[in-house]
Amino acid sequence: MTKVTLTVNGRSMSGQAEGRTLLSSFLREELGLTGTHVGCDTSQCGACVVHVDGQAVKSCTVLAQDVEGANVTTIEGMANADGSLNTLQQAFQDHHGLQCGFCTPGMVMAASSLLAENPKPTEAEVRHYLEGNICRCTGYHNIVKAVMAASGQDVSDTVAAE
Amino acid sequence: MYNFDFVKPASVEDAVAALSGDEAQPLSGGMTLLPSMKQRLNAPATLVSLTGIDALKGVCRDGDMLVIGAATPHAVVARDAAADYPALAELAGQIGDPMVRNRGTIGGSLANNDPSACYPAAALASGATIVTDKREIAAEEFFQGMFATALDEGEIITSVKFPIPQKAAYAKFAQPASRFALTGAFVAQYADGARVAITGASENGVFRWSEAETALSSNFSADALNGLAASADQMIGDLHGTPEYRAHLVGVMTRRAVGAAH
Amino acid sequence: MPKDGGIGASTKRREDVRFLTGNGRYTDDINLRGQAHAFFLRSQVAHGKINTIDTSAAEAMDGVIRIFTAKDFEGVGGVPCGWLITDKHGQPMQEPKHPVLAEGKVRHVGDPIAVVIAETLDQARDAAEAIDLDIEDLPAVVDMKAALSADAPKVHDELSSNLCYDWGFVEENKAAVDEAFASAAHVTSLELVNQRLIANPMEPRVAVGDYDPWNDNSTLYTTSQNPHVIRLLMGAFVLGIPEHKLRVVAPDVGGGFGAKIFHYAEEAFCTFAARQLKRPVKWTSSRSEAFMSDAHGRDHVTKIELALDAENNFTAIRTETYANMGAYLSTFAPSVPTWLHGTLMAGNYRTPLIYVNVKAVFTNTVPVDAYRGAGRPEATFQLERVVDKAARELGVDPVELRRQNFIKADQFPYATPVAVEYDTGNYDATMDKMLELSDYAGFAARAEESKKRGKLRGFGIAHYIEACGIAPSNLVGQLGARAGLYESATVRVNATGSISIYTGSHSHGQGHETTFAQVVADMIGIDAGQVEINHGDTANTPMGMGTYGSRSLAVGGSALVKATNKVINKAKKIAAHLLEASEADIELADGKFTVAGTDKSVDWAGVTLAAYVPHNYPLESMEPGLEETAFYDPSNFTYPSGAYGCEVEVDPDTGEVEIIGFTAADDFGNVVNPMIVEGQVHGGLAQGIGQALLERCVYDADGQLVSGSYMDYAMPRADNVPNYTVDHSCVTPCTHNPLGVKGCGEAGAIGSPPAVINAVIDALQRGGHSHVTHIDMPASPSRVWAAMNAK
Repeated sequence: MTKVTLTVNGRSMSGQAEGRTLLSSFLREELGLTGTHVGCDTSQCGACVVHVDGQAVKSCTVLAQDVEGANVTTIEGMANADGSLNTLQQAFQDHHGLQCGFCTPGMVMAASSLLAENPKPTEAEVRHYLEGNICRCTGYHNIVKAVMAASGQDVSDTVAAE
Repeated sequence: MYNFDFVKPASVEDAVAALSGDEAQPLSGGMTLLPSMKQRLNAPATLVSLTGIDALKGVCRDGDMLVIGAATPHAVVARDAAADYPALAELAGQIGDPMVRNRGTIGGSLANNDPSACYPAAALASGATIVTDKREIAAEEFFQGMFATALDEGEIITSVKFPIPQKAAYAKFAQPASRFALTGAFVAQYADGARVAITGASENGVFRWSEAETALSSNFSADALNGLAASADQMIGDLHGTPEYRAHLVGVMTRRAVGAAH
Repeated sequence: MPKDGGIGASTKRREDVRFLTGNGRYTDDINLRGQAHAFFLRSQVAHGKINTIDTSAAEAMDGVIRIFTAKDFEGVGGVPCGWLITDKHGQPMQEPKHPVLAEGKVRHVGDPIAVVIAETLDQARDAAEAIDLDIEDLPAVVDMKAALSADAPKVHDELSSNLCYDWGFVEENKAAVDEAFASAAHVTSLELVNQRLIANPMEPRVAVGDYDPWNDNSTLYTTSQNPHVIRLLMGAFVLGIPEHKLRVVAPDVGGGFGAKIFHYAEEAFCTFAARQLKRPVKWTSSRSEAFMSDAHGRDHVTKIELALDAENNFTAIRTETYANMGAYLSTFAPSVPTWLHGTLMAGNYRTPLIYVNVKAVFTNTVPVDAYRGAGRPEATFQLERVVDKAARELGVDPVELRRQNFIKADQFPYATPVAVEYDTGNYDATMDKMLELSDYAGFAARAEESKKRGKLRGFGIAHYIEACGIAPSNLVGQLGARAGLYESATVRVNATGSISIYTGSHSHGQGHETTFAQVVADMIGIDAGQVEINHGDTANTPMGMGTYGSRSLAVGGSALVKATNKVINKAKKIAAHLLEASEADIELADGKFTVAGTDKSVDWAGVTLAAYVPHNYPLESMEPGLEETAFYDPSNFTYPSGAYGCEVEVDPDTGEVEIIGFTAADDFGNVVNPMIVEGQVHGGLAQGIGQALLERCVYDADGQLVSGSYMDYAMPRADNVPNYTVDHSCVTPCTHNPLGVKGCGEAGAIGSPPAVINAVIDALQRGGHSHVTHIDMPASPSRVWAAMNAK
């Protein structure tokens, strides 16, 4: 076991990790941050996406020891300082971009990277960027709409929540 | 996965030293290695991370060459190679998904030589040189069939040198599930002729399609490929496509790459 | 417009906030003090005789607490099957034993052989590799028809063959059906495969067993769609624990789609092991494990024939289906190809004679059970493909052939020849709506434009019906169900007027916490924020059957309405007392009780306070308190229906199919929350499109699972699917439940596969490939290309 220290959502946090401990397990089991989910073991589903030093990564395919000292942002660190949903999270609720909620943390983390790189994406760009995040519930329609809306683009042609 | 010791050296020398230990393996982006370790298909005693070595990172132009550090992630190649070698940048931008591109590296991809990986097609079609801690290896000699390369035990790739072509393009037809290349064609035109490398299709891994190269060397246009068909012999057959289908796609993707070359 | 929060409003989901901030509480997020970890050692061969299992080396390894094998389960029951099918000769189906851990033989790749319990999961897995297994390979049966040959290896040695049952429906009609075919003017026949699928909810299954030895209480936390069903099956049939000593909790559950209905061996194991070890035992499935241990779906091979008279009226349908059960009977497996499939073979049409034959077969594969739609997608696919093929053979418009044979709006209620009575519907209306929204009239011009770009464009239509709101208990009891299919609700009004609801339905993405609150709030006239929905815990919810078969609102919602009405009736009595008026004169509106024709009133909270602080209360005639429970057993199924239109472009160079547009015009009856209904349709469409173009579970001839991960099992991604056009404005309310609702969860997955395949065939036919009359799903690029180039 080796001590690993990360800055997670702005706070320094430490825990023990074996060589084989994945960042996803470290966050969930060692640090108790269970918002990061694990939906597959072949690095495909994207439920585990977090940001490491500002970049979206699949935390189930990163060793905890390999990111010692890094700045990590998880879904638990995405809300506004007062605890309210941030613009992207709010758009997911407003446009019903989630159902069971399991893929949602990874989806929000990936979409937030997209908007950081490309503040006004086209619908096709959103769909392409999210190819590494699988959702089985929503059929993606409302996820795409939520991301477009969060980017400040008009999505008024379809029903939104009241 | 089985447990192992993890080390993260800061220099190539330290990495090479660490890799001389018993059952030590290098870890680059880990996008292929870690999933295979989760399935317990791989059991290193020590994993030597190469991602902490700054000397292995970056894209730089050196005359007619584009030199890419082995530990450079795909996303960085997609961004930093765009001006000098746009076809290579575009290929890098199609690997995996954004998260995979942030971690996966060119050196890791080439060293793994997955028969469906994208980078081997670019390296072979460009006549690239794979630079290791010990020597320089021509792409021609480097790829030795599915998952096999010329690398010795403990030898690590440090950079890859790509001669910049007059024009080039990569056309990829994605396997519907994994989104690796079911068949991908990289076409590059140089002053001394055209080169075509095909990935995803053959049981022997990436290969050059010499008939197409001959045709394109005299006339670099999609029409020059009319009547040319790749043989289905030794093409991969699986639930995503028969050997005949892959052989057909070799032609289609090569034509599309020629049409898109810039 | 209803007020926000009431019936008909697209109220935002209250559950979203916890999910969007990482604060959901899924089963894998539960870690109990002293918890040990279970790793299941699973068979790597499809069929084998277990000679010896030597655990001695493994037991000595670090962290190992105990290793369980079948011998530890002597005296423990097997995993039960919940539905008995009677075959066409009146005989019960062959029902093999399904042990918790394999006894004597392994029967599919993934069959659990032993379980290692250790301090950590890695230790358990490390030790599992040290278990010395001697398994003698036996020849495997994978193909259903081969499994029925006389010399086929038997999956279960104690059974007479691999045939589970040979079912005929309606057996008495068979001769008449055969006669109708003999005298038909035209017969269209089609052989097709409804391929095996894997449900793949994004949350893998998890079970955490806990035991309190001081009170002899067991608790199971599990990823289930129906915790009460699990408690009943596991308690009564497997472990022999009475309900009052067994609590089952299904907290936030990350999708189900059917795969989390069933009672699984891992649930019984963790509950059992926790009792043995007197400490919590947790099992978390990896995705790779899920591929070989979650029940699979579909897997039918069918020949369907449609007989028509000289005027193109449908006169008879005859089908023969082979349905794969896998190696054991999963909880509801036998019902899927029979009652959930055969009864839907009339579709939307007036076909007078129908005969359905189904042979259910055991093979050395993972058990197959209900997956979104369960039997109804299989029926719809056959019917809508054969009708399309008939239209093509006869040279008539597929829209017109359907319309000509539709049950017309004035013909309801309509009794079909396959035992069900549709209460209501208007199929021409949904067809009209779909054609309008998809601009069907402009298709020819779009096809022409595609042709200029070298692409082949096609338009495919499907009109579906499904039977939801499962189900009238007395009827399903006659059909072999070993359970009732009612639903329950408790409405507990609190003293200050807020309301706690306890429902037997279970939400794993459907949004009940929001919609059920809308229903109650609307009925009473209070803000939905005053109503809290509790579900998923057998300790506080009344016995209910859970969520599947698009039944939550139609059955669970009806129970909720019934219980709420009981509450309102009692509250009116209290109000009458407080207002010194006759109960008959009390009216409830906007959360206020008024004496009709006067301005005398008391608000909701005034009444609820009086119920719990009964100082001024008719104690001589009424108990204090305001809490009611209701059970609702439906009198019929509900019958949602709809018209789906799919427009595709095929790339003739690669065979790749792109969905350009998809239009769904559904009749779901009344709708409580349009936003959620549309979301349900979107999700169903993606799964149906996934089946049509991408997904396929593949075994090789030896029974090895070839598509064992997302590297080979193609899940629909965001860029595989289009923006959908969905509409639910055609409303014929259900006539027999209080909300007039029908259910919307499965529709998309039922109606879309034939629409997609019909569109692909249309594109190829228009593109000159007239020899292509069918492509089996998934219509992958390689299959489409091969079909186009077949000589």
